[in-house]
Amino acid sequence: MRSFLPEFDLRAPANLVDALETLAHEPGTWRPFAGGTDLMVLLEAGKLPPGRYLSLWGLPELRGIEITDDEIVVGALTTYTDVLQSDALQAECPLVCRAAAETGGVATQNRGTIGGNIVNASPAADTPPALLVYDADVDLVSVRGVRRVPYDRFHLGYKHMDLAPDELVQSVRLARGRGGWLQAWRKVGTRRAQAISKVCLASAIDLTGAAVRDIRIALGSVAPTVARASLAEAAIRGRALTHETIAAGCNALARDITPIDDLRSTAEYRLRVARNLLEEFLSSAVA
Amino acid sequence: MSEVSAVTVSCRVNGVPAELRGHPMDRLLDVLRVELLLTGTKEGCGEGECGACSVVIDGQLVNSCLVPLLHARGTSITTIEGVAKGDRLHAVQQAFITNGGAQCGICTPGMVLAAVTLLERTPEPSLDDIRTALAGNLCRCTGYTRIFEAVLQACRATPPET
Repeated sequence: MRSFLPEFDLRAPANLVDALETLAHEPGTWRPFAGGTDLMVLLEAGKLPPGRYLSLWGLPELRGIEITDDEIVVGALTTYTDVLQSDALQAECPLVCRAAAETGGVATQNRGTIGGNIVNASPAADTPPALLVYDADVDLVSVRGVRRVPYDRFHLGYKHMDLAPDELVQSVRLARGRGGWLQAWRKVGTRRAQAISKVCLASAIDLTGAAVRDIRIALGSVAPTVARASLAEAAIRGRALTHETIAAGCNALARDITPIDDLRSTAEYRLRVARNLLEEFLSSAVA
Repeated sequence: MSEVSAVTVSCRVNGVPAELRGHPMDRLLDVLRVELLLTGTKEGCGEGECGACSVVIDGQLVNSCLVPLLHARGTSITTIEGVAKGDRLHAVQQAFITNGGAQCGICTPGMVLAAVTLLERTPEPSLDDIRTALAGNLCRCTGYTRIFEAVLQACRATPPET
């Protein structure tokens, strides 16, 4: 049932400072609202918590993609369309672009934002696994200043984040220099377009040399949060990429993730598919 | 909580200045249909999946069911009613008629706007470009083939510079 609108408010602050002061003076009262592609769906379904929302959509301070010597800094309000139009991201963080291209249709890509996707904190979100592959850090801004948190430590549990009530995600910092790595992003869902994932895998491997110099593996929809598969990475890093190494990595992956049965899939299926996706990627790297 | 007062949002709709009044979280879809009587914009799913409520804001296709009224402030909005120039149909509209790209009509306004914005960005799209650009617009009648044919014909009819 549709929400009762008089129980809601939506205000547009004049600028970022105004937004941060509003959050600081009435902590916990205001919740951020960006492109609306998630929150408006909840509103229509009667599932959005009533209260006061602070629209960030008009804040230019949170937009834009900046390139430094060693990072690509993606503003929180960067839309999926902005991601797809960024030559730097296409060249250096192709998995983020793959995820953006598979997120909804064009109309959703024009409004959905990277910051919104992070803070919505769905374990089934498709872009966060790609962010983890590039060692993302999240810059959190408040009246107290800017705090930088490694993204693999930002999600503490289901919809529970290292984010104070007066803080906003300002930007996401992605490591550069992965151009020579072999990279893959795969989403398995009911159908290719506009379906929520059963399993999503993003991975990148540095094979310059006889052994695996470095590797990143991250998954969605297989744990209470998007998850980096550190045990699988450790089982593969530094070893020759043989069939034994691949098997050891896939076995370790089973200990990195905690999939569940839900309306989209089963734990057993998710575990099997997660292993298969990793095996497929690593085997293609050998070939 | 305190009383939420209605907001007045100034914008342009189909080239004409408009003052839209309502709750800041009213759906743009409802304001367009109820306040401005622009009923060409349809409600389908109401959750951003079907594209029936597509409109163009500042050159970008959006689902108007997911846009709160407040976010229309200062924007330029085009609805299906603003696509034809007087009695002269847009090439995409004419191509939909010629190719039988519309049946029940619910998806048609959104399909046309998705195609128009595609051709503005990519005057000579491939079939894959068209499929991707229209992927957020669902049609339960045509099977899509005639719609894709219409868009292909429209770009042959539309010289890139216009």
